[in-house]
Amino acid sequence: MTGLFEAIVGPGSLDYIINLVIMLIIILLKIAAVVAVALLHVAYATYFERKVIGHMQLRLGPREVGPLGLFQPFADGVKLFFKEDIIPADADKPLFYLAPVIFFISALTSLSVLPFFDGFAVANINIGLLFLFAMSSLGAYGIVLSGWSSNSKYAFLGGLRSASQVISYEIAMGLSLVGVMMMAGSLNLSDIVRAQQHYPLGLFAVPQFLGFFVFVVAAFAETNRLPFDLPEAESELVAGYFTEYSGFRFALFFLGEYTGMLIMSAIASLCFLGGWGLPSFVTAGLPVVAAKVLGLFWFLAKVYAFMFFYYWVRATLPRYRYDQLMAIGWKLLIPLALANIVITGLVKIWIKGMV
Amino acid sequence: MLPKLFFGYFAFAIIVLSLLVITRRNPVHSVMWMLLLFFQIASMYLFLNAEFIAAIQVIVYAGAILVLFLFVVLLLNLREELLTNRFISAWPVGLVFAGAIFAGAVSAVAAFVPNFSGQYTVDVINRETHTKALGQALYTDFLFPFEIASLILLIAIIGAIVLAKKRMRS
Repeated sequence: MTGLFEAIVGPGSLDYIINLVIMLIIILLKIAAVVAVALLHVAYATYFERKVIGHMQLRLGPREVGPLGLFQPFADGVKLFFKEDIIPADADKPLFYLAPVIFFISALTSLSVLPFFDGFAVANINIGLLFLFAMSSLGAYGIVLSGWSSNSKYAFLGGLRSASQVISYEIAMGLSLVGVMMMAGSLNLSDIVRAQQHYPLGLFAVPQFLGFFVFVVAAFAETNRLPFDLPEAESELVAGYFTEYSGFRFALFFLGEYTGMLIMSAIASLCFLGGWGLPSFVTAGLPVVAAKVLGLFWFLAKVYAFMFFYYWVRATLPRYRYDQLMAIGWKLLIPLALANIVITGLVKIWIKGMV
Repeated sequence: MLPKLFFGYFAFAIIVLSLLVITRRNPVHSVMWMLLLFFQIASMYLFLNAEFIAAIQVIVYAGAILVLFLFVVLLLNLREELLTNRFISAWPVGLVFAGAIFAGAVSAVAAFVPNFSGQYTVDVINRETHTKALGQALYTDFLFPFEIASLILLIAIIGAIVLAKKRMRS
Protein backbone atom coordinates (compact mmCIF):
# COMPACT_ATOMS: atom_id res chain seq x y z
CA MET A 1 0.00 0.00 0.00
CA THR A 2 2.72 2.41 1.06
CA GLY A 3 4.75 1.42 -2.00
CA LEU A 4 1.91 2.30 -4.33
CA PHE A 5 1.43 5.55 -2.49
CA GLU A 6 5.04 6.58 -2.83
CA ALA A 7 5.04 5.59 -6.48
CA ILE A 8 2.28 8.09 -7.09
CA VAL A 9 3.26 11.02 -4.94
CA GLY A 10 6.99 10.59 -4.58
CA PRO A 11 9.09 8.99 -1.79
CA GLY A 12 8.81 9.77 1.91
CA SER A 13 5.69 11.84 1.63
CA LEU A 14 3.28 9.85 3.81
CA ASP A 15 3.59 12.39 6.64
CA TYR A 16 2.98 15.10 4.12
CA ILE A 17 -0.21 13.37 3.00
CA ILE A 18 -1.39 12.96 6.59
CA ASN A 19 -0.81 16.66 7.21
CA LEU A 20 -2.70 17.39 4.04
CA VAL A 21 -5.68 15.32 5.21
CA ILE A 22 -5.70 17.11 8.58
CA MET A 23 -5.59 20.46 6.79
CA LEU A 24 -8.45 19.34 4.57
CA ILE A 25 -10.57 18.43 7.59
CA ILE A 26 -9.85 21.81 9.21
CA ILE A 27 -10.88 23.59 5.98
CA LEU A 28 -14.07 21.54 5.77
CA LEU A 29 -14.92 22.43 9.38
CA LYS A 30 -14.27 26.10 8.61
CA ILE A 31 -16.54 25.90 5.56
CA ALA A 32 -19.30 24.22 7.57
CA ALA A 33 -19.06 26.87 10.29
CA VAL A 34 -19.10 29.78 7.83
CA VAL A 35 -22.02 28.39 5.82
CA ALA A 36 -24.07 27.60 8.93
CA VAL A 37 -23.48 31.00 10.50
CA ALA A 38 -24.05 32.83 7.21
CA LEU A 39 -27.35 31.03 6.59
CA LEU A 40 -28.50 31.89 10.10
CA HIS A 41 -27.66 35.51 9.35
CA VAL A 42 -29.54 35.25 6.06
CA ALA A 43 -32.61 33.90 7.88
CA TYR A 44 -32.55 36.81 10.30
CA ALA A 45 -31.81 39.30 7.52
CA THR A 46 -35.30 38.51 6.17
CA TYR A 47 -36.82 39.03 9.63
CA PHE A 48 -34.83 42.25 10.04
CA GLU A 49 -36.07 43.47 6.66
CA ARG A 50 -39.73 42.77 7.44
CA LYS A 51 -39.48 44.47 10.81
CA VAL A 52 -37.66 47.53 9.44
CA ILE A 53 -39.96 48.00 6.49
CA GLY A 54 -42.99 47.31 8.68
CA HIS A 55 -42.08 50.07 11.08
CA MET A 56 -41.19 52.45 8.23
CA GLN A 57 -44.68 51.89 6.84
CA LEU A 58 -46.32 52.24 10.28
CA ARG A 59 -46.96 48.50 10.61
CA LEU A 60 -45.58 46.11 13.18
CA GLY A 61 -44.05 43.44 10.96
CA PRO A 62 -44.01 39.76 11.98
CA ARG A 63 -44.87 39.23 15.67
CA GLU A 64 -46.94 36.05 15.96
CA VAL A 65 -44.39 33.21 15.89
CA GLY A 66 -42.39 33.20 19.10
CA PRO A 67 -41.50 36.25 21.21
CA LEU A 68 -41.51 39.38 18.98
CA GLY A 69 -41.95 37.06 16.00
CA LEU A 70 -38.35 35.88 16.35
CA PHE A 71 -39.09 32.36 15.10
CA GLN A 72 -40.73 33.63 11.90
CA PRO A 73 -37.74 32.76 9.63
CA PHE A 74 -37.85 29.13 10.80
CA ALA A 75 -41.60 28.93 10.26
CA ASP A 76 -41.08 30.28 6.73
CA GLY A 77 -38.32 27.78 6.11
CA VAL A 78 -40.45 24.84 7.25
CA LYS A 79 -43.34 26.07 5.14
CA LEU A 80 -41.18 26.35 2.01
CA PHE A 81 -39.62 22.97 2.63
CA PHE A 82 -42.95 21.14 2.77
CA LYS A 83 -44.56 22.94 -0.15
CA GLU A 84 -45.35 21.01 -3.32
CA ASP A 85 -42.59 21.20 -5.91
CA ILE A 86 -44.25 22.11 -9.21
CA ILE A 87 -42.37 21.89 -12.50
CA PRO A 88 -43.92 23.33 -15.67
CA ALA A 89 -44.73 20.63 -18.23
CA ASP A 90 -42.71 22.25 -21.04
CA ALA A 91 -39.75 23.26 -18.92
CA ASP A 92 -36.23 22.31 -19.91
CA LYS A 93 -35.86 20.02 -16.88
CA PRO A 94 -32.08 19.72 -16.44
CA LEU A 95 -31.60 23.48 -16.65
CA PHE A 96 -34.69 24.11 -14.55
CA TYR A 97 -33.13 22.00 -11.78
CA LEU A 98 -29.69 23.50 -12.29
CA ALA A 99 -30.59 27.22 -12.30
CA PRO A 100 -31.41 27.76 -8.59
CA VAL A 101 -28.42 25.64 -7.61
CA ILE A 102 -26.03 27.78 -9.71
CA PHE A 103 -27.53 30.94 -8.24
CA PHE A 104 -27.25 29.75 -4.64
CA ILE A 105 -23.82 28.13 -4.97
CA SER A 106 -22.31 31.21 -6.59
CA ALA A 107 -23.54 33.29 -3.65
CA LEU A 108 -22.25 30.81 -1.07
CA THR A 109 -18.87 30.38 -2.77
CA SER A 110 -18.24 34.11 -2.42
CA LEU A 111 -18.31 33.65 1.35
CA SER A 112 -15.12 31.63 1.19
CA VAL A 113 -12.82 34.60 0.56
CA LEU A 114 -14.33 37.08 3.02
CA PRO A 115 -12.12 37.77 6.05
CA PHE A 116 -14.57 37.93 8.94
CA PHE A 117 -11.96 39.00 11.44
CA ASP A 118 -8.19 39.45 11.49
CA GLY A 119 -6.63 36.31 10.07
CA PHE A 120 -9.80 34.33 9.46
CA ALA A 121 -10.99 33.57 5.97
CA VAL A 122 -11.76 30.11 4.62
CA ALA A 123 -9.40 30.86 1.74
CA ASN A 124 -7.07 33.82 2.13
CA ILE A 125 -6.18 34.15 -1.54
CA ASN A 126 -4.27 36.90 -3.34
CA ILE A 127 -7.03 37.57 -5.84
CA GLY A 128 -9.89 37.72 -3.32
CA LEU A 129 -11.59 40.70 -4.92
CA LEU A 130 -11.38 39.22 -8.43
CA PHE A 131 -12.78 35.94 -7.10
CA LEU A 132 -15.79 37.84 -5.77
CA PHE A 133 -16.35 39.42 -9.21
CA ALA A 134 -16.07 36.03 -10.87
CA MET A 135 -18.64 34.46 -8.56
CA SER A 136 -21.07 37.34 -8.84
CA SER A 137 -20.92 37.10 -12.64
CA LEU A 138 -21.65 33.38 -12.35
CA GLY A 139 -24.85 34.22 -10.47
CA ALA A 140 -26.21 35.79 -13.66
CA TYR A 141 -26.36 32.31 -15.22
CA GLY A 142 -28.75 31.12 -12.54
CA ILE A 143 -31.08 34.01 -13.31
CA VAL A 144 -30.93 33.77 -17.10
CA LEU A 145 -31.32 30.01 -17.13
CA SER A 146 -34.23 30.02 -14.71
CA GLY A 147 -35.97 32.56 -16.90
CA TRP A 148 -35.37 30.58 -20.07
CA SER A 149 -35.91 27.05 -18.82
CA SER A 150 -39.28 27.86 -17.21
CA ASN A 151 -40.77 28.32 -20.69
CA SER A 152 -42.91 31.20 -19.48
CA LYS A 153 -43.12 34.70 -20.96
CA TYR A 154 -42.89 36.51 -17.65
CA ALA A 155 -39.95 34.49 -16.43
CA PHE A 156 -38.17 34.89 -19.77
CA LEU A 157 -38.57 38.68 -19.79
CA GLY A 158 -37.37 38.82 -16.20
CA GLY A 159 -34.34 36.70 -17.06
CA LEU A 160 -33.38 38.84 -20.06
CA ARG A 161 -33.77 42.05 -18.12
CA SER A 162 -31.68 40.73 -15.31
CA ALA A 163 -28.91 39.48 -17.58
CA SER A 164 -28.42 42.83 -19.27
CA GLN A 165 -28.69 44.65 -15.95
CA VAL A 166 -26.16 42.48 -14.19
CA ILE A 167 -23.66 42.65 -17.07
CA SER A 168 -23.92 46.44 -17.30
CA TYR A 169 -23.58 47.08 -13.60
CA GLU A 170 -20.82 44.55 -13.12
CA ILE A 171 -18.56 46.81 -15.21
CA ALA A 172 -19.38 49.81 -13.04
CA MET A 173 -18.83 47.80 -9.87
CA GLY A 174 -15.52 46.41 -11.03
CA LEU A 175 -14.28 49.84 -12.05
CA SER A 176 -15.44 51.42 -8.79
CA LEU A 177 -13.28 48.98 -6.83
CA VAL A 178 -10.20 49.63 -8.97
CA GLY A 179 -9.61 52.81 -6.96
CA VAL A 180 -9.57 50.72 -3.79
CA MET A 181 -7.16 48.24 -5.35
CA MET A 182 -4.85 51.09 -6.36
CA MET A 183 -4.85 52.63 -2.91
CA ALA A 184 -4.32 49.31 -1.15
CA GLY A 185 -1.89 47.98 -3.76
CA SER A 186 -3.39 44.53 -3.39
CA LEU A 187 -6.36 42.38 -4.34
CA ASN A 188 -6.24 40.44 -1.09
CA LEU A 189 -9.19 41.49 1.09
CA SER A 190 -7.24 41.24 4.35
CA ASP A 191 -4.50 43.45 2.91
CA ILE A 192 -7.12 45.96 1.77
CA VAL A 193 -8.51 46.17 5.31
CA ARG A 194 -5.01 46.59 6.76
CA ALA A 195 -4.13 49.26 4.20
CA GLN A 196 -7.11 51.36 5.27
CA GLN A 197 -5.80 51.81 8.79
CA HIS A 198 -3.16 54.25 7.52
CA TYR A 199 -5.84 56.57 6.18
CA PRO A 200 -7.92 59.21 8.03
CA LEU A 201 -10.76 57.58 10.01
CA GLY A 202 -9.50 54.16 8.85
CA LEU A 203 -11.83 54.31 5.86
CA PHE A 204 -11.40 54.23 2.11
CA ALA A 205 -14.88 55.70 1.83
CA VAL A 206 -13.50 59.19 2.49
CA PRO A 207 -10.77 59.44 -0.20
CA GLN A 208 -12.74 57.10 -2.48
CA PHE A 209 -16.13 58.77 -2.07
CA LEU A 210 -16.77 58.65 -5.84
CA GLY A 211 -15.92 54.99 -5.96
CA PHE A 212 -18.07 54.32 -2.92
CA PHE A 213 -21.07 56.03 -4.48
CA VAL A 214 -20.68 54.04 -7.71
CA PHE A 215 -20.21 50.84 -5.75
CA VAL A 216 -23.34 51.35 -3.65
CA VAL A 217 -25.55 52.01 -6.67
CA ALA A 218 -24.03 49.09 -8.58
CA ALA A 219 -24.42 46.81 -5.57
CA PHE A 220 -28.15 47.55 -5.48
CA ALA A 221 -28.44 46.72 -9.18
CA GLU A 222 -26.27 43.60 -8.92
CA THR A 223 -28.48 42.07 -6.26
CA ASN A 224 -31.69 43.04 -8.11
CA ARG A 225 -32.94 45.09 -5.20
CA LEU A 226 -35.13 48.18 -5.26
CA PRO A 227 -34.92 50.70 -6.85
CA PHE A 228 -33.45 48.42 -9.55
CA ASP A 229 -35.55 45.30 -9.08
CA LEU A 230 -36.91 45.31 -12.64
CA PRO A 231 -36.10 41.62 -13.22
CA GLU A 232 -38.72 40.74 -10.61
CA ALA A 233 -41.02 43.76 -10.99
CA GLU A 234 -44.17 42.27 -9.55
CA SER A 235 -46.52 44.79 -11.14
CA GLU A 236 -45.33 43.87 -14.66
CA LEU A 237 -43.81 40.41 -14.55
CA VAL A 238 -45.64 38.55 -11.71
CA ALA A 239 -42.35 37.62 -10.01
CA GLY A 240 -39.86 37.80 -12.88
CA TYR A 241 -37.37 35.03 -13.43
CA PHE A 242 -38.52 32.77 -10.60
CA THR A 243 -42.25 32.96 -11.39
CA GLU A 244 -42.49 29.23 -12.14
CA TYR A 245 -40.50 28.07 -9.13
CA SER A 246 -42.12 26.80 -5.97
CA GLY A 247 -41.24 25.13 -2.72
CA PHE A 248 -37.61 24.60 -1.96
CA ARG A 249 -36.35 25.63 -5.40
CA PHE A 250 -37.91 29.03 -4.81
CA ALA A 251 -36.29 29.09 -1.38
CA LEU A 252 -32.86 28.66 -3.01
CA PHE A 253 -33.44 31.83 -5.06
CA PHE A 254 -34.67 33.61 -1.95
CA LEU A 255 -31.66 32.54 0.12
CA GLY A 256 -29.30 33.31 -2.75
CA GLU A 257 -30.63 36.85 -3.04
CA TYR A 258 -30.17 37.56 0.65
CA THR A 259 -26.75 35.91 0.71
CA GLY A 260 -25.84 38.14 -2.23
CA MET A 261 -26.96 41.19 -0.26
CA LEU A 262 -24.90 40.10 2.76
CA ILE A 263 -21.87 39.63 0.49
CA MET A 264 -22.29 43.05 -1.10
CA SER A 265 -22.60 44.56 2.38
CA ALA A 266 -19.48 42.67 3.43
CA ILE A 267 -17.55 43.96 0.39
CA ALA A 268 -18.68 47.51 1.19
CA SER A 269 -17.60 47.02 4.78
CA LEU A 270 -14.22 45.49 3.90
CA CYS A 271 -13.24 47.69 0.97
CA PHE A 272 -14.68 51.06 1.90
CA LEU A 273 -15.68 51.11 5.57
CA GLY A 274 -12.59 49.64 7.18
CA GLY A 275 -13.83 46.07 7.83
CA TRP A 276 -12.64 44.66 11.14
CA GLY A 277 -9.88 47.27 11.45
CA LEU A 278 -9.92 48.96 14.83
CA PRO A 279 -7.91 52.04 15.78
CA SER A 280 -4.68 51.07 17.52
CA PHE A 281 -5.52 52.88 20.78
CA VAL A 282 -8.50 50.54 21.21
CA THR A 283 -6.65 47.30 20.51
CA ALA A 284 -3.43 48.27 22.33
CA GLY A 285 -4.57 47.27 25.82
CA LEU A 286 -6.63 44.25 24.79
CA PRO A 287 -5.58 40.60 24.60
CA VAL A 288 -5.41 39.29 21.01
CA VAL A 289 -8.57 37.17 21.25
CA ALA A 290 -10.65 40.03 22.64
CA ALA A 291 -9.38 42.35 19.89
CA LYS A 292 -10.38 39.80 17.27
CA VAL A 293 -13.85 39.31 18.74
CA LEU A 294 -14.28 43.06 18.92
CA GLY A 295 -13.13 43.30 15.30
CA LEU A 296 -15.70 40.68 14.27
CA PHE A 297 -18.51 42.63 15.92
CA TRP A 298 -17.23 45.88 14.43
CA PHE A 299 -17.31 44.22 10.99
CA LEU A 300 -20.81 42.81 11.53
CA ALA A 301 -22.09 46.18 12.75
CA LYS A 302 -20.98 47.75 9.45
CA VAL A 303 -22.50 44.89 7.45
CA TYR A 304 -25.83 45.34 9.21
CA ALA A 305 -25.71 49.10 8.83
CA PHE A 306 -25.35 48.54 5.08
CA MET A 307 -28.17 45.98 5.11
CA PHE A 308 -30.33 48.52 6.89
CA PHE A 309 -29.48 50.96 4.13
CA TYR A 310 -30.74 48.40 1.59
CA TYR A 311 -34.09 48.20 3.42
CA TRP A 312 -34.29 51.93 3.95
CA VAL A 313 -33.89 52.56 0.21
CA ARG A 314 -36.44 49.86 -0.55
CA ALA A 315 -39.00 51.54 1.70
CA THR A 316 -38.25 55.00 0.28
CA LEU A 317 -37.60 54.98 -3.46
CA PRO A 318 -39.86 53.96 -6.34
CA ARG A 319 -38.65 51.67 -9.09
CA TYR A 320 -36.74 53.11 -12.07
CA ARG A 321 -37.83 52.63 -15.67
CA TYR A 322 -35.71 50.18 -17.64
CA ASP A 323 -34.19 52.75 -20.01
CA GLN A 324 -33.39 54.96 -17.01
CA LEU A 325 -31.66 52.03 -15.37
CA MET A 326 -29.46 51.46 -18.42
CA ALA A 327 -28.77 55.19 -18.78
CA ILE A 328 -27.64 55.47 -15.15
CA GLY A 329 -25.36 52.48 -15.54
CA TRP A 330 -23.68 53.38 -18.81
CA LYS A 331 -23.82 57.18 -18.92
CA LEU A 332 -23.34 58.08 -15.28
CA LEU A 333 -21.74 55.31 -13.23
CA ILE A 334 -19.15 54.00 -15.69
CA PRO A 335 -17.76 57.48 -16.59
CA LEU A 336 -17.72 58.41 -12.89
CA ALA A 337 -15.85 55.22 -12.03
CA LEU A 338 -13.35 55.82 -14.85
CA ALA A 339 -12.81 59.40 -13.68
CA ASN A 340 -12.27 58.05 -10.18
CA ILE A 341 -9.53 55.72 -11.43
CA VAL A 342 -7.73 58.55 -13.22
CA ILE A 343 -8.01 60.89 -10.22
CA THR A 344 -6.80 58.22 -7.82
CA GLY A 345 -3.82 57.45 -10.04
CA LEU A 346 -2.88 61.13 -10.40
CA VAL A 347 -3.17 61.77 -6.66
CA LYS A 348 -1.09 58.70 -5.94
CA ILE A 349 1.69 59.90 -8.26
CA TRP A 350 1.44 63.41 -6.83
CA ILE A 351 1.80 62.17 -3.23
CA LYS A 352 4.73 59.95 -4.26
CA GLY A 353 6.36 62.99 -5.85
CA MET A 354 6.00 64.99 -2.63
CA VAL A 355 7.52 62.25 -0.46
CA MET B 1 3.62 12.11 -11.06
CA LEU B 2 0.89 14.09 -9.31
CA PRO B 3 1.22 17.18 -11.56
CA LYS B 4 1.04 14.90 -14.60
CA LEU B 5 -2.12 13.28 -13.25
CA PHE B 6 -3.71 16.69 -12.79
CA PHE B 7 -2.66 17.82 -16.22
CA GLY B 8 -4.02 14.61 -17.71
CA TYR B 9 -7.35 15.19 -16.00
CA PHE B 10 -7.63 18.78 -17.24
CA ALA B 11 -6.59 17.90 -20.78
CA PHE B 12 -9.07 15.03 -20.93
CA ALA B 13 -11.90 17.11 -19.43
CA ILE B 14 -11.24 20.01 -21.79
CA ILE B 15 -11.35 17.75 -24.85
CA VAL B 16 -14.50 15.93 -23.74
CA LEU B 17 -16.27 19.19 -22.88
CA SER B 18 -15.31 20.78 -26.20
CA LEU B 19 -16.79 17.80 -28.02
CA LEU B 20 -19.95 18.10 -25.93
CA VAL B 21 -20.20 21.79 -26.81
CA ILE B 22 -20.16 21.21 -30.55
CA THR B 23 -22.36 18.11 -30.62
CA ARG B 24 -25.34 19.19 -28.49
CA ARG B 25 -28.52 19.80 -30.45
CA ASN B 26 -29.86 22.38 -28.02
CA PRO B 27 -27.70 25.54 -28.29
CA VAL B 28 -28.46 26.57 -24.69
CA HIS B 29 -27.06 23.26 -23.47
CA SER B 30 -23.99 23.86 -25.63
CA VAL B 31 -23.45 27.18 -23.87
CA MET B 32 -23.69 25.50 -20.47
CA TRP B 33 -21.09 22.89 -21.39
CA MET B 34 -18.92 25.74 -22.60
CA LEU B 35 -19.29 27.39 -19.20
CA LEU B 36 -17.97 24.22 -17.59
CA LEU B 37 -15.16 24.17 -20.16
CA PHE B 38 -14.13 27.71 -19.22
CA PHE B 39 -13.96 26.71 -15.59
CA GLN B 40 -11.70 23.79 -16.47
CA ILE B 41 -9.42 26.15 -18.39
CA ALA B 42 -9.40 28.56 -15.44
CA SER B 43 -8.43 25.71 -13.10
CA MET B 44 -5.65 24.81 -15.52
CA TYR B 45 -4.31 28.37 -15.23
CA LEU B 46 -4.48 28.15 -11.43
CA PHE B 47 -2.54 24.93 -11.66
CA LEU B 48 0.15 26.84 -13.59
CA ASN B 49 0.41 29.47 -10.79
CA ALA B 50 -1.32 32.05 -12.99
CA GLU B 51 -4.06 33.11 -10.58
CA PHE B 52 -4.72 36.47 -12.21
CA ILE B 53 -5.26 34.92 -15.65
CA ALA B 54 -7.54 32.31 -14.06
CA ALA B 55 -9.72 34.99 -12.46
CA ILE B 56 -9.83 37.02 -15.67
CA GLN B 57 -10.72 33.88 -17.63
CA VAL B 58 -13.81 33.42 -15.45
CA ILE B 59 -14.74 37.11 -15.23
CA VAL B 60 -14.31 37.99 -18.90
CA TYR B 61 -15.07 34.76 -20.74
CA ALA B 62 -17.59 33.12 -18.42
CA GLY B 63 -19.00 36.29 -16.91
CA ALA B 64 -19.32 38.56 -19.93
CA ILE B 65 -18.70 36.95 -23.32
CA LEU B 66 -20.55 33.71 -22.66
CA VAL B 67 -23.51 35.59 -21.20
CA LEU B 68 -23.71 37.49 -24.49
CA PHE B 69 -23.60 34.15 -26.36
CA LEU B 70 -26.43 32.99 -24.13
CA PHE B 71 -28.35 36.15 -24.93
CA VAL B 72 -28.18 35.50 -28.66
CA VAL B 73 -28.95 31.82 -28.29
CA LEU B 74 -31.96 32.48 -26.06
CA LEU B 75 -33.55 34.54 -28.83
CA LEU B 76 -33.30 31.70 -31.39
CA ASN B 77 -36.41 29.78 -32.26
CA LEU B 78 -35.60 26.59 -30.45
CA ARG B 79 -38.26 24.43 -32.14
CA GLU B 80 -36.69 25.02 -35.57
CA GLU B 81 -33.18 24.86 -34.19
CA LEU B 82 -33.73 21.39 -32.74
CA LEU B 83 -34.81 20.05 -36.15
CA THR B 84 -31.91 21.42 -38.20
CA ASN B 85 -28.64 19.52 -38.52
CA ARG B 86 -25.95 20.35 -36.04
CA PHE B 87 -23.26 20.61 -38.75
CA ILE B 88 -23.33 22.16 -42.20
CA SER B 89 -22.74 19.79 -45.13
CA ALA B 90 -19.15 20.97 -45.63
CA TRP B 91 -18.01 19.78 -42.21
CA PRO B 92 -15.38 17.32 -43.56
CA VAL B 93 -13.47 20.29 -45.00
CA GLY B 94 -13.42 21.90 -41.58
CA LEU B 95 -12.25 18.62 -40.09
CA VAL B 96 -9.34 18.46 -42.54
CA PHE B 97 -8.29 22.01 -41.69
CA ALA B 98 -8.59 21.38 -37.97
CA GLY B 99 -6.54 18.21 -38.36
CA ALA B 100 -3.86 20.08 -40.30
CA ILE B 101 -3.63 22.78 -37.65
CA PHE B 102 -3.46 20.13 -34.94
CA ALA B 103 -0.66 18.32 -36.78
CA GLY B 104 1.19 21.61 -37.17
CA ALA B 105 0.83 22.35 -33.45
CA VAL B 106 2.03 18.87 -32.47
CA SER B 107 5.08 19.12 -34.68
CA ALA B 108 5.82 22.58 -33.28
CA VAL B 109 5.72 21.34 -29.68
CA ALA B 110 8.90 19.33 -30.20
CA ALA B 111 10.72 22.49 -31.28
CA PHE B 112 9.39 24.54 -28.35
CA VAL B 113 12.06 26.02 -26.11
CA PRO B 114 10.90 27.98 -23.04
CA ASN B 115 12.93 31.09 -23.64
CA PHE B 116 11.97 34.33 -21.96
CA SER B 117 11.51 34.06 -18.22
CA GLY B 118 13.63 37.04 -17.18
CA GLN B 119 13.65 37.67 -13.45
CA TYR B 120 10.31 35.93 -12.95
CA THR B 121 10.81 32.54 -11.37
CA VAL B 122 7.97 30.74 -9.56
CA ASP B 123 9.34 31.93 -6.21
CA VAL B 124 9.42 35.56 -7.29
CA ILE B 125 5.86 35.32 -8.58
CA ASN B 126 4.64 33.69 -5.37
CA ARG B 127 6.29 36.40 -3.29
CA GLU B 128 5.22 39.35 -5.44
CA THR B 129 1.77 37.89 -6.26
CA HIS B 130 1.05 36.98 -9.84
CA THR B 131 -1.08 40.07 -10.45
CA LYS B 132 1.74 42.43 -9.58
CA ALA B 133 4.36 40.49 -11.55
CA LEU B 134 2.13 40.38 -14.62
CA GLY B 135 1.30 44.08 -14.34
CA GLN B 136 4.94 45.04 -14.05
CA ALA B 137 5.95 42.91 -17.02
CA LEU B 138 3.09 44.25 -19.14
CA TYR B 139 3.69 47.90 -18.35
CA THR B 140 7.48 47.90 -18.63
CA ASP B 141 8.98 45.23 -20.90
CA PHE B 142 5.90 44.74 -23.05
CA LEU B 143 4.37 48.20 -23.00
CA PHE B 144 4.44 48.65 -26.79
CA PRO B 145 2.63 45.43 -27.77
CA PHE B 146 0.23 46.01 -24.89
CA GLU B 147 -0.67 49.49 -26.17
CA ILE B 148 -1.08 48.16 -29.72
CA ALA B 149 -3.50 45.52 -28.44
CA SER B 150 -5.54 48.14 -26.59
CA LEU B 151 -5.55 50.37 -29.70
CA ILE B 152 -6.98 47.48 -31.75
CA LEU B 153 -9.70 46.99 -29.14
CA LEU B 154 -10.47 50.71 -29.17
CA ILE B 155 -10.84 50.65 -32.96
CA ALA B 156 -13.24 47.71 -32.63
CA ILE B 157 -15.33 49.63 -30.09
CA ILE B 158 -15.48 52.75 -32.26
CA GLY B 159 -16.33 50.60 -35.28
CA ALA B 160 -19.25 49.02 -33.43
CA ILE B 161 -20.56 52.47 -32.48
CA VAL B 162 -20.25 53.72 -36.07
CA LEU B 163 -22.15 50.71 -37.40
CA ALA B 164 -24.92 51.12 -34.84
CA LYS B 165 -25.22 54.87 -35.55
CA LYS B 166 -25.51 54.30 -39.31
CA ARG B 167 -28.38 51.89 -38.84
CA MET B 168 -30.15 54.30 -36.49
CA ARG B 169 -30.06 57.14 -39.02
CA SER B 170 -31.45 55.17 -41.97
